[in-house]
Amino acid sequence: MLVYVIRRLGQAALVLAVMATLVFIAVYAVGDPVAILASPQADQQELEAITQRLGLDRPLYEQYGLFVWNALHGDLGRSFVYNEPALTLILNRLPATLELALTALVIAVFIGIPLGLYAGLKPQSLGGHSIMAGSILGFSLPNFWQGLMLVLLFSVMLGWFPAGGRGTTRELLGVPVSFLTLDGLSHLILPALNLALYKMALVIRLTRAGTREVMLQDYIRFARAKGLSQSRVIGVHVLKNILIPVVTVLGLELGSMIAFAVVTETVFAYPGIGKLLIDSIGRLDRPVIVAYLMLTVVMFVIINLIVDLIYAAIDPRVRLEEAKA
Amino acid sequence: MSEPVLSVRDLVVEFTAREGVLTAVNGVSFDVHAGEVLGLVGESGSGKSVTGLAVLGLIDPPGRIASGAILLNGEDLTKKSEAELRRLRGRNIAMIFQDPMTTLNPVLRVDTQMIEAIRAHEKVSERAARDRARDALAKVGIPSPEERLVSYPHQFSGGMRQRVAIAIALLHRPAVLVADEPTTALDVTIQAQILSEVQQLAAESGTALVWITHDLSVVAGLADRVAVMYAGRIVEEGRVADVLERPAHPYTNGLIGSVPSRNRRGEPLAQIPGMTPSLASLPPGCAFAPRCPRADAVCKAPPGVTHTGGARAFRCFHPLIPVEAAA
Repeated sequence: MLVYVIRRLGQAALVLAVMATLVFIAVYAVGDPVAILASPQADQQELEAITQRLGLDRPLYEQYGLFVWNALHGDLGRSFVYNEPALTLILNRLPATLELALTALVIAVFIGIPLGLYAGLKPQSLGGHSIMAGSILGFSLPNFWQGLMLVLLFSVMLGWFPAGGRGTTRELLGVPVSFLTLDGLSHLILPALNLALYKMALVIRLTRAGTREVMLQDYIRFARAKGLSQSRVIGVHVLKNILIPVVTVLGLELGSMIAFAVVTETVFAYPGIGKLLIDSIGRLDRPVIVAYLMLTVVMFVIINLIVDLIYAAIDPRVRLEEAKA
Repeated sequence: MSEPVLSVRDLVVEFTAREGVLTAVNGVSFDVHAGEVLGLVGESGSGKSVTGLAVLGLIDPPGRIASGAILLNGEDLTKKSEAELRRLRGRNIAMIFQDPMTTLNPVLRVDTQMIEAIRAHEKVSERAARDRARDALAKVGIPSPEERLVSYPHQFSGGMRQRVAIAIALLHRPAVLVADEPTTALDVTIQAQILSEVQQLAAESGTALVWITHDLSVVAGLADRVAVMYAGRIVEEGRVADVLERPAHPYTNGLIGSVPSRNRRGEPLAQIPGMTPSLASLPPGCAFAPRCPRADAVCKAPPGVTHTGGARAFRCFHPLIPVEAAA
């Protein structure tokens, strides 16, 4: 178990190093941030001053060496634009995105699994067909369009929820969260729903496919032959078996929801890290981009590790010690 | 003889498929008495497993019990609601299945699966249920049952899993146990052990056994009576010794002939020509006629049931035994 975790962390460090190098060089190759940062009227001297201040006058290997040295000491550099440590910048925005992604995950699970179960148990019913048709829409309509339609319907036409922003936040263990205030909650619902729709469709399909497969198994027949109630058969015997693929996929999807909530955050002007990333790419703010992607890798590694641990908890046949790779 | 515990009368089970309505079980009747073992024999697709599931009320759509009655201690199960059936299942009538690798839920511990079976029918504490589960495991010959309770199914061998399934099925000392080829997937030595254990346990609790199998040697060793099924009908029924020694129906005769025998070493093995007919295209008369060496023009009409002495019955116009006066 411990060996397994250590090995996983070792792999993660390697991925992290390779990724950071690639991104560092790629952003360097894309263009010169000084041209974007400096005012159009700036003369050659001012441009050189900026270049020197940012350390961009040195050769690439020196810049990279400095970056690695600082990174090993926990410093991922200062943003060119905000002149703040890149990590602080990201961590300040992270709670908003985490809150958004987790809310979306909760919505996807608590609506998706029951709907998928229903569609799997009654595949021929009107309800079953409607759920599957709806999930196809959730899959195929572009995310930004779904977001715009949500705004149009619930903000513009019905006026139930605000169209953008984060709303009032309240401190919870030193972290500002918005789900504790009514105003924050009303700001949270639409973007979370937007982010959840695709995942919900995915959960519905996974759950339905799993349910239909598991229902045909002998152990379900045997469970019914024991005289168990329908709710026990479905709630324990079926659900525990279909959770295995659902947890795997959702783990991966949670990572992608946090890292790439870009579209939703843009549509709803939600102040999360997705929007920060888009802005930073636009301004070639290299330290922020690199720090962001490094953080993303770390997050994916942690989430995958947690998924594996949950996986072992639901499926007794998985033994982590024996996992090879 | 006393009243039978289980009496199936003219059971018809239909499945709605693309080809139309298929009759998987067509007018099956049989009785089983307390402590008796009935062997239900037939090839794949003969309707024996469907008959077993129908007795438990476990036929799922698109299948349904179209007509007939299933009397458990005189009460007709086909007229019961799902909730009433649920209370009977596992308590009064239980079932075990063919593949021990798949009958236990792979993600639940054995104790969970046993305790839930007890508490589905009796209001007992978790602890009391657990003690009973442990005793039940010990009774089917599982060593160190206390430790095995907290194991998962994949930690057991096939034979051990089937023992666990049998222990679960017999937890409530049911009146009837339907066993759907429970030893087919096991080694012969394990098979023999399990057969004798089930026989003994069933005799102890007075449980009537309906033993579904395609293996005549199992029937010969275990059953009191045997019913041979072909294409959804019982074609021959009687005491095991009578049927196996002097089969009346050519199909039964063919089945017996197909058992590889020690006495005919070197000769080609006997077989029944052709294969089981598809339910979608059953011949109008006797379903076995196309494969039958004795078939003639008469067999184009469906044969009725002929009863002879010694509680024997068969459906054939040209039986292999002389028809006695009782006909």
